[in-house]
Amino acid sequence: MDHGLGPQRLRALFCAALALFNFPLLALWDRDALFLGLPLFPAALFLLWALIILALAVIVEAAGEEP
Amino acid sequence: MVAAPLVIGVSFAYLLLLFAVASWGDRRATQGRSVIGNPWTYALSMAVYCSAWTYFGSVGRAAAAGVWFLPIYLGPMLAMILAWMVVRKMIRIARTYRITSIADFIASRYGKSPLLAGLVTLITVVGILPYIALQLKGISGAYALMTTPLGQPPLRSVHWLGDSTLYIALALAGFTIVFGTRHLDSAERHEGMVAAIAFESIIKLLAFLAVGAFVVWGLFDGLGDLFARAQAVPELRKLLTLGQGKAFAYEQWFALTLLSMLSVIFLPRQFQVMVVENVDERHLKRAAWVFPLYLLLINLFVLPIALGGLLHFGPGGADAEGFVLSLPLASGHTTLALLAFVGGLSAATGMVIVEVIAVSTMVCNDLVMPLLLRTRRFGATLGEGQAGGGDLTRFLLGIRRSAIVAILLLGYLYFHLAGEAYALVSIGLISFAAVAQFAPAMLGGMYWKGGTRRGALAGLGCGFGLWIYTLMLPSLAKSGWLAADFMTQGPYGLELLKPEQLFGLRGLDNLTQSLFWSLLFNIGAYVGVSLWRAPSARETSQALLFVDVFQRTASTGPVFWRGRARVADLLPLLGRFLGTRRATALFEVYAQRRGVARVEQLQPDAQLVQFVETQLAGAIGSASARVMVASVVQEESLGLDDVMRILDEASQLRAYSHALEDKSRSLERATAELRSANEQLKSLDRLKDDFMSSVTHELRTPLTSIRALAEVMVDDADMPVEQRQHFLGIVVAETERLSRLVNQVLDMAKIESGHAEWHNSDIDLRALLTQAVQTTEPMLRERGAVLDLQLPDAVPLLRADADRLMQVMLNLLSNAAKFVPREGGRVQVRLQCDSAGLTVAVHDNGPGVPEDQRALIFEKFRQGGDALNRPQGTGLGLPISRQIVEHFGGRMWLQPDAAQGACFCFTLPWPAAAQPDETPQGDTT
Repeated sequence: MDHGLGPQRLRALFCAALALFNFPLLALWDRDALFLGLPLFPAALFLLWALIILALAVIVEAAGEEP
Repeated sequence: MVAAPLVIGVSFAYLLLLFAVASWGDRRATQGRSVIGNPWTYALSMAVYCSAWTYFGSVGRAAAAGVWFLPIYLGPMLAMILAWMVVRKMIRIARTYRITSIADFIASRYGKSPLLAGLVTLITVVGILPYIALQLKGISGAYALMTTPLGQPPLRSVHWLGDSTLYIALALAGFTIVFGTRHLDSAERHEGMVAAIAFESIIKLLAFLAVGAFVVWGLFDGLGDLFARAQAVPELRKLLTLGQGKAFAYEQWFALTLLSMLSVIFLPRQFQVMVVENVDERHLKRAAWVFPLYLLLINLFVLPIALGGLLHFGPGGADAEGFVLSLPLASGHTTLALLAFVGGLSAATGMVIVEVIAVSTMVCNDLVMPLLLRTRRFGATLGEGQAGGGDLTRFLLGIRRSAIVAILLLGYLYFHLAGEAYALVSIGLISFAAVAQFAPAMLGGMYWKGGTRRGALAGLGCGFGLWIYTLMLPSLAKSGWLAADFMTQGPYGLELLKPEQLFGLRGLDNLTQSLFWSLLFNIGAYVGVSLWRAPSARETSQALLFVDVFQRTASTGPVFWRGRARVADLLPLLGRFLGTRRATALFEVYAQRRGVARVEQLQPDAQLVQFVETQLAGAIGSASARVMVASVVQEESLGLDDVMRILDEASQLRAYSHALEDKSRSLERATAELRSANEQLKSLDRLKDDFMSSVTHELRTPLTSIRALAEVMVDDADMPVEQRQHFLGIVVAETERLSRLVNQVLDMAKIESGHAEWHNSDIDLRALLTQAVQTTEPMLRERGAVLDLQLPDAVPLLRADADRLMQVMLNLLSNAAKFVPREGGRVQVRLQCDSAGLTVAVHDNGPGVPEDQRALIFEKFRQGGDALNRPQGTGLGLPISRQIVEHFGGRMWLQPDAAQGACFCFTLPWPAAAQPDETPQGDTT
């Protein structure tokens, strides 16, 4: 995973996560709405968080053994 | 409320359980069956990040400001995304050079500077005190909440001797000593401690989830109900939005995220569990996502508990930081409250134990040791040690234990001075901002070769100074321990220097502006001063070792040392700090690796000095190790040119060894090729020998009879004419046989060597077969055999050499004629035509070919039938026929399941392009 796609994917995911959890994308969820009966804003934060962890898990676990 | 003895009893029982887990982990480690050698334990031990702050403080934060508790956990997630690149490099560096703390890391990188190590340690100790105080506050607050009746303010002891927090601090110090400094060998790894921390992480997560589930489904009717009721209250509804009605402070959000991102790597306890206690750097892969998942889980119920508490008690009804305990207590669930208390205790003790162990190691190695080494009295002790072998391991442990007690008491002091004025989270953030100052020197040192010792000193100094001025002093001033004038008017009335609006910067909260100024000056001074002067030789050599750590290993990397040393000096030196037995064992292992039988025979070269220094660094830090080693060897100082030369030599050596490997690999390949070529040649040679002996044998038989007959005729001049004629007839026949044999051998050789001439033309195989049958008819008739020719009505033309095919047919037919029985012989010739090509079968009703000879008859000079009664032949007919058929892309075989006799077949395929569209079906009956 030293060479090839692994580190590049991780860097891209880092940038994506940084952008998602900061201005102005964060403000997208700040609405007076319900998501599955839960307030949208906290629910969206936790959902995004979970999705990023999922992506991270997929990337690091998919990368082959270190040479 | 719960009776105080019960709370204390449960707490001690839990701590004893932790201790049992730790000693189990240690025992397993000595047995070689490590419990921490898997990625799950590693990830759980990282969760030591979640302290009393998470457990109590987050709920308080959420109750006051909604989602603002989250950035502290989003930052670690961001850091873990990059962990595989950044943290792995730190692990590799720490492993290679036996680095045991952040102070050691930074000092080692910038030329093993004791001054730098001391400064980093000082920053850590001062910076971490608020964090320790936070844990003490968390535990004492929880204890007070558990033991006082609900709704009453906790009793406060007037005298410090009666303050339970002091005893908590002392008890924690005792436990930390037991956990971290039990062993006499001052190894840097603590397997038992890591096992206990992982266990604690499970307990605190389960306890918090249990309380969360109780609040959501016990007190309320599920998450939907809880949120619906919260949204009905306007104050609570605001908590569920981004800015709570005000403009959202994005810069503060970003600052908190950045701060926690740096802290999760640079906090002493995180560095300890993530880097120093790491068993295998591959574990980082799984931990990189399990740890953020843990953070997600432990935060899942923070908001519901905060809202539930606010709804249950009403705003201001109870301290939000204690909701985790007060909600179960208020509804009479004492057991759940006790479980929650144990969870909180778990979170706080785990943090304190690891943090204080890490910091005490730093204090011992990087603050106390260098100072002691300078004093004359200690130097004298060392001198005695050289003569008599004084063991300093006990002394080292003593320093560490004292440091542990001192740090906890200082934490208690800070708790007393400033603890009451701040919320838990705010106290913790002060510590975060302090350790964030390490980031430029650490990250710069790992990725930039230009950073120098002066640069790091300047950067850390500026950052730390500004941190004290803009965060630490205001925290003390707000608690009333310092005059608040300098806060409101600035020192000496200088408005521009007001700590919370430094240089007149407005619009940022105090934490963000402190972080901004301190990191700005830190980075600026680090880069600026580094660029001021070129790095020294030692700085350059260390920079090369750190930045390029993935390109070298400790055993193959360059050694930047020159001088004279003696094994007799180095071994006792190591023995004084690691214990004589362990030192001797290490030397023996090293000697074995160098291929030397006895320790005394070791060459006291640069490699050995480096080995001793690295081992020593693990026990007393790299800066002190440098000083110690320098005191027993005579070394020459290296210039920058020398460093470059050594590096060149090392890389040349590496290049040579690479080239050598390449060469030996290609040699191996060439050898294998030659060997197989030789095998082929040998087998060809054998075939040639066989062929020669077969040919000569075949030539000899007719020659013998010719010669015998000729001799008879020479000897007997009066032989009757008829007899002479008869003999001459035999001679002629034998000569013909000889010339046929020679022709066939020549033919065979031509075909095999590819020199045969082929005269291809379009031929009609029907006509060819008919002609062949006509030619051999007399021979068959002579044997009394019947020939049956079965031809399709028409076959497409085939491009081939007619004469050669005729040769094949004649050979097959004459073979058949030779083998058919005298009476009732029958030979059948069939021609079949299909999409693949033309197939010719010659079937006789002779004895057939025995099973064991079927594979052999196509070989040269192998004739069918037994040697006594087989008909005459050269044994070359079938091999030549087969060669001819194969030349046209076909194949010849012996039908294995022929009912009676032998059935030889061959096919001739259509040329690839000229395959007929419609194949006339050769209908044979």
